[in-house]
Parts: sequence; structure tokens; C-alpha cells
Amino acid sequence: MAAKNLPPVWNKIAKHAMLPETNHDERARYNFLANLNKHLAHVSQGNKVAFEKRVEPDFVKNNGRAIASVDELGEAISKDSHYQIWSSLRRSTMEMRQQAGRSIVLRQAEELRDKAEKLNKGKSTLVLDPNCKVPEYLLAVDNHLMPGSYHTELIEGDVTPAANYDSGIFVTTAGLLGRYNDGGGKAIASWVKKTYADFAPKRILDIGCGMGHNVLPIAKAFPDAEVIAIDTGAPMLRYAHARAVDLGITNVTFMQMDAAMTTFENESFDWIQSTMFFHETGGKSIYKIMNEIHRILKPGGITLHIEQPQYTEDMSLFEKFIRDWDALNNSEPYWSKMHDIDPKELMVSSGFKEEDFMQIGAKAENDLDDGSQKADEPEDHGRSPIWNVFGAIKN
Amino acid sequence: MIDYIKLASSKSKGKRPYFHNDPAVERVLNITMAVAGELAVMRERMDTIERLLEKKGLVSQEEIDNYIPETKEEETQRQAWHSEYISRVLRIVQQEMEELENPDKTIAEIANDINKM
Repeated sequence: MAAKNLPPVWNKIAKHAMLPETNHDERARYNFLANLNKHLAHVSQGNKVAFEKRVEPDFVKNNGRAIASVDELGEAISKDSHYQIWSSLRRSTMEMRQQAGRSIVLRQAEELRDKAEKLNKGKSTLVLDPNCKVPEYLLAVDNHLMPGSYHTELIEGDVTPAANYDSGIFVTTAGLLGRYNDGGGKAIASWVKKTYADFAPKRILDIGCGMGHNVLPIAKAFPDAEVIAIDTGAPMLRYAHARAVDLGITNVTFMQMDAAMTTFENESFDWIQSTMFFHETGGKSIYKIMNEIHRILKPGGITLHIEQPQYTEDMSLFEKFIRDWDALNNSEPYWSKMHDIDPKELMVSSGFKEEDFMQIGAKAENDLDDGSQKADEPEDHGRSPIWNVFGAIKN
Repeated sequence: MIDYIKLASSKSKGKRPYFHNDPAVERVLNITMAVAGELAVMRERMDTIERLLEKKGLVSQEEIDNYIPETKEEETQRQAWHSEYISRVLRIVQQEMEELENPDKTIAEIANDINKM
């Protein structure tokens, strides 16, 4: 009998010149962690059972009333032994994933830097700006427990934050984003092509591009477009550009720039995209960035943002609590605050018209999906490649 | 040259959350899970070796049992492996020391800070 829902082995990841070299044991360590992640998604299901069978009844017995808020629920469940073991295992797994990735890339930091320099040399499609400041919200936290975040350079010309991200996201998501980790970008490119068959964007902007995994399928789908991808992290951009060059994508220019204050002209883009970006920004910056998007988007242009699912009115306190778990315990803290923002209100406040607001669901396009990944798998909150997309056409 | 072994086990920003009533439980659990991971790595490596040996019939069980390092380089490689292995397993102890040296805000406090940025 075949085991159910096994994650793909790490060596299925697509190879390119910038992917860090891995030895046998490093790949084995990633295989262990992908399986552990998958296993813990099942252990997570026990939290709901523990909540319904003992946490909630005990609370009602002791207080004579129902649990009234997410905070109260968090306090009550924090004493539950199943919640404790799941939480500590999940935290430990994320820390181990970072340790495993960093032990791979840091031992070859100089070689990776040299590879990037060779591919990037003399290219006008990589524009770094030493005066670009890393935004406060990125300096305040190491998102998803990645020590040093996206910007820290351990050596001059460092690319290791991106190499760690590229090799490890396949582990965290158990391969559900596909061989190039680009399931989000592929999904949005397909949706746009299908929904707006006549749309022929001349200029496309991707904000918060990171290592460029989601902008490349967009650039590939619109080969005649001039695509610009911005980020504030120089290590990410060096790696992203070198990776794109090696993969033969030539219509993307990677620029170091803060999305809240770009140097682009008014109304100069036909399409502005972000993928899993806003939940790693900040409470004031999110409005500044949306204002900037409105300023540089052409009339008739489209902007789309792939994000975590929003909280809804009918969502239970338990579901809100468990969705917030990653935000606080896997260090993506702004995600816990962004839930309170209505994306429609965010866009309208920046000048988009209410009637032009749109919201759709999206699921990653996965080139590794051979049908063995069953639909009956539990949703791994914060990890599943199922997203909310919001946006608007500017009129 | 950076100290890649120590840096690989660095702590990320923000006070580390603990979920068990006694933090000692968490510490031991983390060490145990890292060991569990390394056992899985070793199991996969043994699996590879056994499959290759089976395919090629090159090395006998007795040869493996009697092997000792033959050169200084081999000795150093083995000891470096142990050093990195121990650092990986004892990650949480290093991170607690880093937190002691550099007390940090909670992520909830940072969320409030970020909300004003």
C-alpha cells in the first residue's frame, strides 16, 4: 500500500545557476523537514478538537459565559497540552528549517556571491541604489524567523538571504508552489490572460519582488512587456537578477526601490502586481504604498495583490486565533494587524473607485502535482497555496 | 571568512515564544527534534549507501566495521562534522544566550511598533 500525500523529494526543485550546491545530507535534512511540516498540519487538527472538547467547556464552566475574544481564547488554549506540543513542534520546525537553509548557503556565501557577480556583470537590468533605505517595518522584525531578514549582508555583495529563501520555501510549503516556487505568479498570469484576453500590457511593475520567483512567470507570459521588479533588499535583487538571467528571462529589470516612494512617473504602468507582500509591510506604509500604486498606474490599468485570506464576519474566534498563530509565532507580525484592514477601504482611500474593486480566490499552479496531493489534506493555515487576490482597474 | 556554523543557528528578532509551562520542556524538545532530524538524515544516507553497495557489490560489511581515518585531512573532516552537528542540535541554547545578551521586544510589541510605521 502506498503512503498518502507524501511531499516531493527536495531534488525535484528546478535547478538553475544560483541555486546553492547541496550535498546528500543537506538534501536529506530538507526531506525530513518537509515531511515534518506536512505531519504537523495533521497534528494541528487536534487543536480544534482540544478546543471544542475541553478548552471551551472548561472556560464556560469556570466563567459562566462563552469565550468573548481572540485574546481570551488564546489565554485559555495556551494551557492546553495538545496546543502546547503542536505549537512548540511547529516553532521548532521553522527554526530548524532556517538553520538547515543557512547552514547550506553560509558555507558557500563567497561562491554564491561570485556566481551572481558573473551573471550580473555589465547588465543594465540590475539597478542597485545604495541610498535606498530598508523600511523601518523590515528592520523591526526578521519575517518568518529568517535571521537577518532580506537585507543583511554578511559579506560584501551577499546573496545568501535569497539563496536560503529559494532553497527553503520548497520545504516550508512541501513543494506545493511547484518546481520553481512560482505557483503564485503562474496563477495570476493565467488568470489575467484568461480574464482579459485582449490585455497587452506595455509596462508591468512587481513590488516587493524578493528573489523574483513570482515575477518571472508574468514576464514569460507577456514577453513583449517591459517588466520592472522592485525590492529594498540588495541581496534579494542580486540573486533574483542572476537567477532570471540564467533562466533566460530578459525582459525584467530589477531595481532597488521602496514601494512607498518610487521614482516612476505618474500613470506609467499598465499592471502593478504584488504577491504575498503587503502582510510584511507596516500600518502606515501600506496606505503610502497603495497611494503610490494609484499614482503610477495608468488609467485603465490593473493592480492585483495576492494575499493571505481576509478575516470574515462569519469566521469563528478559533479560526481567527489559529490563523494568527503564524503571524505571532512564525514572526510575520503585521499579518496580525492587516486582518483589521478592509482591502476595499484601503484601495478606495488611495483613489480607486469602490465599484472598480475586485476580489478573487487563487490557488497555486503546481507543475509537480501528479494527483498524489489529495484535496482532503487539512488546510495548513499560513502555508496552504490558497490565497485571496484583491485589486482594481483604475478608472 | 564568516563563522558559518554559528551564524546558521542564529536567533531571529523578537522574544522567543515558549508554549510549555516549564521552558525546560521546550528546550529539551527542540534538542530532541534536532536529533530526530539528524537520525533521519543518517537513515537516508545509509539507505543510499546500502542501495549503491547492493548495486555494485564494492564494499564489504567487514571493511566498514574496521575503518579508521587514515590521514590528518580525514580526521579533521570528521571532527568538523561533529562540531557542526553539535551546534545544530544545541541551537536553542545558543539562541537563549543571544536573547540574554540582547533582550528583545515581543512580536506583539513589534506589531504595534510596525503599525505606526
